[in-house]
Amino acid sequence: MSPTSLKTRRNEPPAAIPDDNTRRRPRLLAWVLLAPMLLWLAAFVVVPTGILLVYSFCERDEIGRVVFNFTLDNYRRVFDPVYLHIFGRSIGYAAMTTVICVVIGYPVAYFIARARDEWRHKLLLLVMIPFWTSFLIRTYAWITILKKEGLLNGFLSALHIGIPALDLLYTPTAVVIGLVYAYLPFMILPIYGSAEKLENAVIEAAYDLGAGPVRAFSSVIVPLTMPGIAAGTLLVFVPSIGMFAITDLMGGAKVPMIGNVIQNQFLQARDWPFGAALGVVFMAMFAITYWIVQRRGASMA
Amino acid sequence: MNETDGTMIELRGVTKRFGSCTAVDEVTLSIRRGEFITLLGPSGCGKTTLLRVMAGFETPDGGVVILDGDDVTHVPPYRRNVNQVFQSYALFPHLNVRDNIGFGLRMQRVDGDEAARRVAEIIGMVSLEGLEDRLPHQLSGGQRQRVALARAIVCRPKVLLLDEPLSALDAKLRHSMQLELKRLQRLLGLTFVFVTHDQEEALTMSDRIALMNRGRIEQLGDTFDIYHKPRTAFAADFLGQANLLTLEITGRNGTTAHGRLPDGFELTINSAELPDGARSVLVSIRPEKVFISKRKLNAANVFVARIEEEIFQGAMDQLLLVTENGTRLNALAANESAMQKAFHEGERVYCGLHVDDIVVVQAE
Repeated sequence: MSPTSLKTRRNEPPAAIPDDNTRRRPRLLAWVLLAPMLLWLAAFVVVPTGILLVYSFCERDEIGRVVFNFTLDNYRRVFDPVYLHIFGRSIGYAAMTTVICVVIGYPVAYFIARARDEWRHKLLLLVMIPFWTSFLIRTYAWITILKKEGLLNGFLSALHIGIPALDLLYTPTAVVIGLVYAYLPFMILPIYGSAEKLENAVIEAAYDLGAGPVRAFSSVIVPLTMPGIAAGTLLVFVPSIGMFAITDLMGGAKVPMIGNVIQNQFLQARDWPFGAALGVVFMAMFAITYWIVQRRGASMA
Repeated sequence: MNETDGTMIELRGVTKRFGSCTAVDEVTLSIRRGEFITLLGPSGCGKTTLLRVMAGFETPDGGVVILDGDDVTHVPPYRRNVNQVFQSYALFPHLNVRDNIGFGLRMQRVDGDEAARRVAEIIGMVSLEGLEDRLPHQLSGGQRQRVALARAIVCRPKVLLLDEPLSALDAKLRHSMQLELKRLQRLLGLTFVFVTHDQEEALTMSDRIALMNRGRIEQLGDTFDIYHKPRTAFAADFLGQANLLTLEITGRNGTTAHGRLPDGFELTINSAELPDGARSVLVSIRPEKVFISKRKLNAANVFVARIEEEIFQGAMDQLLLVTENGTRLNALAANESAMQKAFHEGERVYCGLHVDDIVVVQAE
């Protein structure tokens, strides 16, 4: 063993003793501070999820009560083509929403991140302003805009350029517009977070080494903001799949997504076990998506 | 075309303003092929802006930039055959050492085998073997510095721009990197434009130094000339140390002139650089040119002084001298022996100044 390693070994114990002391007390304090949140999570996440899991293996009687008889029927029904189709559609809409959010949100986030200090905070505030109004009110506002005699068509006819009135409300397009509108800030903010950390000199280095704007963007800027894109994708994709309010209000219940079906099972059909099974499958899907995105994000960063 | 012979990059009347502030003010500079030139100056003197104009990151508000005979004033950085080593290194954090170094070749669509060969060659040249698969955050400061350097020179630029690349390294490493950079520059025959505020670094590495102040080039010359013949008080003071004294000219006598210091002491100087009819001039005397002796001296400018302060600096002793008439003068003297200090505080010594070591400089 070399003298240097002997020396570091000898130095270790005195360094470790105060370290241990300072660590133990915060550990207790940390638990105390975490306790309210842990209790909250246990009561409103862990326990309900457990109930959901149990219900999903139960039966229901004629008046909709849950009967504790073990069955796999609910899961069999989940994989019925009708529901698989709805799952597929939900994923499709959520994916489209996510892609549109990336396309719209990326340039906005990048622009804000590169703006001068005094502008940056104002622009960020603009992104967050919609949160000051209730989500439902904002969705109703979209109905006013998109309906046949609404603002958009009024504007188009006022232009007198011969565009026929658009019948957007209660179509898949309206649903996607609503989803993009609702979730765009959740894409912009994480991308902003990683774009803001981009060192200007690194981008200049790319130019300096012969990368034009397009290649500098694709081989340096995008890879370095990938953690933001991944986080934004997760924040937009996952809740879009389960969204039911927008599909109800703007899709006119004509294009049900998985969220609507689940809501329906609990409120109208009173088939709680089946609703629970749908929910469990749905959660499993979330978990898998999350796992994939996290892994990709980790390998990128 | 013959005017570009031997000239690699040329700036003609380059001006760059940021708002109301003029960062670079009509700078004209011609840099020779294969030369190591340093832009030296205090922070805010415009040296980095001038470098960025050469790189193409800043478009000048006036003047032209000519690279190897071509006007590149409005050519974007990615189409200029010029590369830069950034102060922060600006390595790509998501790419390993090999891909960082190969980035420029990939952008220039150099054939894969050829690129791999050149990357391997440069990795050997800057001693990064075995670290090819590391990411930048897994490297030490010195290693990152080498990657930044290798990444720039692998592209075989016409001019390599270096923006204070050694400022983040500790003194020992900085010195060895200075020598290594110099060696690499000679080996590759590349044109280096080096920016620093460290005068010692500039003197160690450069063929020529362009001393900058307030957006202008104050003095341009080889390291020997710029040190020994500073033209202005700023040049004398920034590059090395200088005692700046006002001299009242009392008479001329062929190649020499006589003047009186404010304290009344008479100095004899070389009249070659003395402007005709000048009454009062500023002179610069380097501390190490003040000859100090305990014995009486027989020469032109000899005076007696008391050692007010003595600071041991290792190789040299820094002395603050006060003459009989109260003029204060900094001096540097070599240590004579490890057994005993050469000079002590409070001691009275004889001081001598050679006629040629008193340099007339312009006040600002």
